Amino acid sequence: MSKEYKYIGKGVPRIDADLKVTGQATYVGDMSFPGMLHAKMLISPHAHAKIKKIDTSKAKALDGVAAALTGEDLDYQVGLYMVDKTILAREKVRYHGEPVAAVAAETLEIAEKAVKLIEVEYEELKPLLDVEEAFNEKANLIHPNLGSYSHVQTAFFPKPGTNICHHSKIRRGDIDKGFQEADVIVEREYNNPSVQHVPMETHGAIVQWGIGDRVTIWTSAQSPFTVRNLFCHTFKLSHHQVRVIVPYVGGGFGGKAGIHLEPLVGCLSRATGGRPVKLIATRKEEYNTLPCRCGLKYKIKTGLMKDGKIVAQKLTLLWSAGAYADYAVNVTRASGYSAGGPYFYPNISTDSYTVYTNMVFGTAYRGFGHVELFWGLERHMDYCARELGIDPYEFRMKNLLKPGDITPTGEKLKDDSGDIRKCLNAAAKEIGWDGVKSEQQRIKEMQSGKVRGKGFAVLHKAPAMPTNTSSSCVIKMNENGSVILNISATDYGNGTYTPMAQIIAEEMDIPLDKIHVAYETDTDRDPYDWQTVASRFAPMGGRAVINACNDLKRKMSEVAAKVFECSPDDFIFQDEKIIHKSDPQKFIYYDKLATGYVYPNGNAIGGPLIGVGVYMAEGLTHLDKETGQGLPAFNWTYGAHAIEVEVDVETGEFTILKIASALDVGKVLNYESLKGQVIGGIIQGLGTAICERYVYDNKGRLLNNSFTDNKIPTAKDIPLEIVPIFIETPHDEGAYGARGAAEHPMISVAPAIGNALRDALGIELTEMPIRAEDVWKALKEKELVFEPATV
Amino acid sequence: MLEFLHDDLAILSVKEGCGEGECGACTVMLDNKPVNSCLILAVEADGTSIRTVEGEVKDGKLSPLQESFKKNHATQCGFCTPGMIMSAQSLLERNPKPNEEEIKEAIEGNFCRCTGYRQIIDAIFEVTKNAK
Repeated sequence: MSKEYKYIGKGVPRIDADLKVTGQATYVGDMSFPGMLHAKMLISPHAHAKIKKIDTSKAKALDGVAAALTGEDLDYQVGLYMVDKTILAREKVRYHGEPVAAVAAETLEIAEKAVKLIEVEYEELKPLLDVEEAFNEKANLIHPNLGSYSHVQTAFFPKPGTNICHHSKIRRGDIDKGFQEADVIVEREYNNPSVQHVPMETHGAIVQWGIGDRVTIWTSAQSPFTVRNLFCHTFKLSHHQVRVIVPYVGGGFGGKAGIHLEPLVGCLSRATGGRPVKLIATRKEEYNTLPCRCGLKYKIKTGLMKDGKIVAQKLTLLWSAGAYADYAVNVTRASGYSAGGPYFYPNISTDSYTVYTNMVFGTAYRGFGHVELFWGLERHMDYCARELGIDPYEFRMKNLLKPGDITPTGEKLKDDSGDIRKCLNAAAKEIGWDGVKSEQQRIKEMQSGKVRGKGFAVLHKAPAMPTNTSSSCVIKMNENGSVILNISATDYGNGTYTPMAQIIAEEMDIPLDKIHVAYETDTDRDPYDWQTVASRFAPMGGRAVINACNDLKRKMSEVAAKVFECSPDDFIFQDEKIIHKSDPQKFIYYDKLATGYVYPNGNAIGGPLIGVGVYMAEGLTHLDKETGQGLPAFNWTYGAHAIEVEVDVETGEFTILKIASALDVGKVLNYESLKGQVIGGIIQGLGTAICERYVYDNKGRLLNNSFTDNKIPTAKDIPLEIVPIFIETPHDEGAYGARGAAEHPMISVAPAIGNALRDALGIELTEMPIRAEDVWKALKEKELVFEPATV
Repeated sequence: MLEFLHDDLAILSVKEGCGEGECGACTVMLDNKPVNSCLILAVEADGTSIRTVEGEVKDGKLSPLQESFKKNHATQCGFCTPGMIMSAQSLLERNPKPNEEEIKEAIEGNFCRCTGYRQIIDAIFEVTKNAK
């Protein structure tokens, strides 16, 4: 029996809802300061070119221009894991859209006019636009200095003299022996293009670089402490000199996880003698200049026994990083160690490479490589099942992981690791899966013009994070017994601040309307948190909040124990009172302890109540460079999507009639908020699956850098029925047993659609996205192949 | 008009999502019709009545639609929310009992990347239950 909670699990409204439905939530773009200047970037029109000459004199001469900078002015290296980027392009540009110069002026109009006056002479170089071509050891080098870049050496392994900036390996069992034993070997290739995160608020920052190198940054970012840390590294500043403030953020999805516009805006401010400078990316710049999701080309080779057991799995993943490594190297690493998916493999070999190309660079994106990876993997598993003549549901059930199994990195799964089988079972049941459609049935349905199909796909993901990832928080009790939580993970829409308040309410028994989670995260005010990424905040940040409540309660108990002359262990906390367990007449209201307890005679003890809580994942290890063995994962979240589609065979258009998504979330903290994350994730996954992609011309110019040409799903695109299902297998470490579930709903939506289309039409799609014309074309190709035989 | 409202008058709920009339984040009601304020010149609106989400709060209380957005978790990052509410409010004033298709049609021009729209549609639908 699970415990009954007063607040945990309840779908209480978001604590920021009032401000958001009234338009009073303030984002960086809404902020302005006295004397503030406006900035504009000049971006490269070429994908790969030498900068031969750059002249800003006309721009500088324009009335109202306060500063104009080029790469020559800024001899700094920036980077997250691989320090491979400059603030503005120096000597050459590596992607279409790369900033080459920037201006700060009294108004945005003047800044826009000024950048047009900057003259740049380029010498075009041949761009590398195909990841396989760039992977070739003889390819031209996009970063000839790769060998000299500093990087995180425990996790990333560049190959100087090539375009490969990282190579992750997993080796477990004997892959050759596995393939020798196999009755059947299936080898196929899959492909994903780059896509954009599309937060409704584009990237933006205001920076004031004041006297004595005191820097204040207001930014639309997910991870204030990461912005501060990387900013300090780049400019060799001490962390106490830099303050990062994150107001409300209009969505991030990974695109705002690292550091982006802040160094440039900082340099412009410094160049103007310390005036605040504001730069808000246009939508075009968001597509073209800010990072996207990496592209992926991959091969999966599987050795199978006739009874349906997988005996060998070999994966080769080529990640197209684009021009800079940013998060791509860690996407490569994380997708490398989880490349097998939630299946058991006696023998597995994975090679995951990050390859520089001359395209918009990739960064973290909701799912961190897993959306891309699972497209091919789960299409592949369906294909394998059919090759063996086994129901794809049964095939998966035979091979899915269970407690006691060893993962490809050597982790032994435990009872609290989650239950992938329950997820697949629940999702498949919801769409009424009753086996694959027969060819006869298909032909019959084809004649009606509309064919239905069912499909499913499983998923897993663990947070990709350093071994010492931590959260911390401070709870301050106010004079009236209300509390303020300072925590520096950000709520950029994900909704995690509300469960944090629910946790305090539950632990302390304080009503929700007396709990405030301080927005406007501020590195000067709030304690450290690594990053708000990887679906880790609810389980890990939640633990920090529980620990802070315990700290607060311990301090309250010590004072109350003196007042009642008993042990600090003698108390319970209820209805905003600390109450003696065996003598309920002895109690003190929280407000009487908040700033120190005062005896009737005026003597006072205790003092202001501040609870401090930290939580750090322990026991994680680096992965061995040659074999990938180690413990990278704080927890795994498992899930499955099941989909029913209806296809118009004349046009290839398809409608998703139903999607059922089951996730093992460990414990639901806020039902409505989680439902919102899951449905939002499904629809973002749908966008990736059916319409979104970057399109380049043969010179590497991005052709669709606007909402007109690169759309996201609208209200009219959503499935007719969406059924979120929550499985609760508690995780020992997560707050109340919770696991992260923010990214997972997006993973494996695409292959579930692909598998449903396979069921409907017998077509095998291997490239994302799946547009109506792709379905139509695949159907035509199939008819061409099969028609002579059936006529 | 978007710049005029947001930058000059500090009506900050009117957000720029694209500046080219595709995303609906800057939606306001112009003489009770929803429009993308980024596509209209401020001078064109001379003599008209403009409503933004700030004006939906009466006597410090949220409107029924705002309440319903709050209750149904129809806002996440909140950036599209003001424009979304204005599109929905305009629909409800034209058609107090819209069906699901009509709701989807009315907010089709308002992009939301966070919610997946379901809870927004539910929030709008819930308000119609009390409509006469």
